[in-house]
Amino acid sequence: MAMVTIDGRRVEVDAGTTILDAAKKLGVDIPTLCYHPDLAVQAVCRICVVEIEGQKLLQPACAFPVQDGMVIYTNTPRVRQARKMNLELLLSHHPQDCLQCVRNRNCELQALAERFGMREIRFEHKLRGLPEDHSTPAIVREPDKCILCRRCVSVCQDVQAAGVLFPSQRGAETVVTPVFGRGLDEVACALCGQCIHACPVGAITERDDTERVWQALADPNKHVVVQTAPATRVSIGEEMGLPPGRIITGKLVAALRRLGFDKVMDTDFTADLTIIEEGNELLKRLKEGGVLPMITSCSPGWVKFGEHFYPDLLKHISTCKSPQQMFGALVKTYYARKAGIDPKDIFSVSLMPCTAKKYEADRPEMCDSGYKDVDVVLTSRELGRMLREAGINLGDLPEEEHDDPMGISTGAAAIFGATGGVMEAALRTVYEVATGSELPKIDFEQVRGLDGIKEATVRVGDLDVRVAVAHGLGNAKKILDLMREGKANYHFVEVMCCPGGCVGGGGQPIPTNMEIRGIRGSALYEADRGLPLRKSHENPAITQIYAEFLGEPLGEVSHHLLHTHYTPREKYPAVKKAVCSEAAG
Amino acid sequence: MEPAARNAGICPAKIGEILQKYSRRKDALVAILHDVQKEAGYLSEEALTEIASGLDVPVSRVYGVATFYTLFATKPKGEHIIRVCQDAPCHVLGAKAVIEALEKELGIPMGGTTSDGKFTLEYTSCLGVCGVAPAMMINEAVYGNLTPERIPLILKEYK
Repeated sequence: MAMVTIDGRRVEVDAGTTILDAAKKLGVDIPTLCYHPDLAVQAVCRICVVEIEGQKLLQPACAFPVQDGMVIYTNTPRVRQARKMNLELLLSHHPQDCLQCVRNRNCELQALAERFGMREIRFEHKLRGLPEDHSTPAIVREPDKCILCRRCVSVCQDVQAAGVLFPSQRGAETVVTPVFGRGLDEVACALCGQCIHACPVGAITERDDTERVWQALADPNKHVVVQTAPATRVSIGEEMGLPPGRIITGKLVAALRRLGFDKVMDTDFTADLTIIEEGNELLKRLKEGGVLPMITSCSPGWVKFGEHFYPDLLKHISTCKSPQQMFGALVKTYYARKAGIDPKDIFSVSLMPCTAKKYEADRPEMCDSGYKDVDVVLTSRELGRMLREAGINLGDLPEEEHDDPMGISTGAAAIFGATGGVMEAALRTVYEVATGSELPKIDFEQVRGLDGIKEATVRVGDLDVRVAVAHGLGNAKKILDLMREGKANYHFVEVMCCPGGCVGGGGQPIPTNMEIRGIRGSALYEADRGLPLRKSHENPAITQIYAEFLGEPLGEVSHHLLHTHYTPREKYPAVKKAVCSEAAG
Repeated sequence: MEPAARNAGICPAKIGEILQKYSRRKDALVAILHDVQKEAGYLSEEALTEIASGLDVPVSRVYGVATFYTLFATKPKGEHIIRVCQDAPCHVLGAKAVIEALEKELGIPMGGTTSDGKFTLEYTSCLGVCGVAPAMMINEAVYGNLTPERIPLILKEYK
């Protein structure tokens, strides 16, 4: 233990605690910028510097460990002057057009400028004129806004194991970039968008597609249908000023109707459908000696990561499309026929917690309806912008129900949005379909929670089904590497690209951190408990769609509309090769 | 190094040999980059990718290290590399005029390479010979007490 004095008050903390954490214990709020509670300490921005008695230099509170007897000052004139100088230097080459920035009023640099009363920048204001990256349908990079905090570098490498973003050059020339200065489209990027959550400013953002949706809503010839992803019903509230974890399903439906959507249906319906198809695929693989373990396929960031880094394991990934793409294929076939609408007049929008979904919807193979199955993907943040622009306040709205015929869903679908949720939903159905008897206990606690990798064994009939759940690509990598070595003794593995699952998706409200991911996830389990139906195979709308349209699980129509294939991709960008003569070797 | 061998690119097999020499240790990255550059004249995108693949580290990290150090080149360079000190003592004692003379004599700006592939002109950090500032290096040779008038005479030796 160490007894330290901070601003004249004493506190006892574990030896090795950082000054920042020790101060927090006293309720002293030291300002930070490059520090992020979930990421590796960078200590590069020097906003958190403090004065330590006996030390000549100011030290960064985020990285400096306390020692017994240390006396620390966090608010002296010298400290304040140093912080303001560092801020002034950062601001001197940061764009000053905050009003036009997507992070206006939700920017850590702006908040610091306000906190420190920066009324004047004494240095010449100079931008570097670095090129923007609009190469993907999901993520936009504006390096001129980058303050070189390296938080995106940490999340991309340490958490997501992708290593796409890294600083190149040095000193004033430093730029955080994909390798060789290429666009994100040329490198092995999952497009997960976790770098957006890491970014304290607006240097990395989602591609904004709101204008395309506004135009469709204003077009009298378009029948505009929206689907709402499981994780959005516990996060959109944050875009409207509500605390994290508020379940706002009914109000969200009402809000979307106010915006002018003709039908508000539910991705949860196709999440239930996914469970039926994927559950049957698993049973088939188990019965017929198919490739095991089978890995879930709902997370498009994970799928793209797998295509780049584990092309040899693609046959392990379930052929089921994600719930978004199942919905897209059905809205322009099943729904169009049922509603008597020409599918070419249907404009299909999906509300997603995810940036990779934008890429998924643009995959060339996602046109099985004969049209683009999902026309536009909106992230939670983009919908938040639309609701604010339209002046729709969630709090004032009544609770409304999703539209038929793809609006009924179960609690099993709701928990798709949390890590372990797809696994739990699948187990609820697989158990009952395979054994014909009712589950003794519906809650599978072992696969819930925020541990990076969770394992369980479930007795189904005469087989012990071994399952594993990983969230965050770094955790997934551990299981995938074991699979390559032939050491992963599982039947079924759930992989979610983003930490916490979709509740922590790259399209979710800012801030998204581990604490908030946990709160949103708990809200989904609460939503599940409150629903009358909690098993996908008990959804009457699912029974109906098989009777009226699909025939049987894994049947011909399902095969055509609900299943897909994967494409091996390169781990490295294409480069010019040297001419090598064979004889030389 | 023979001029013909420079910038010709490097074959993956040769990079494999260099990686093997260091037992594919990730912490030997800087030494590996030196060896590959010595062999190939510069670090091509292909060479950096081969190194990343061989060490199993992200290629963005290898590129980051290669671009961090001024002694590594990620673009082809001239046969002779002229490095002019950009630090304060040289600056105070007239490096600016020396640089202008170099640019005029070679017909290229700082950072450039002559069209015949003979010379590359670039800045360097302190060479540690502040006593004879302003100073520069051509390949491994250090030149001090430079004046604009001496530049054409020095370059003549390399032309």
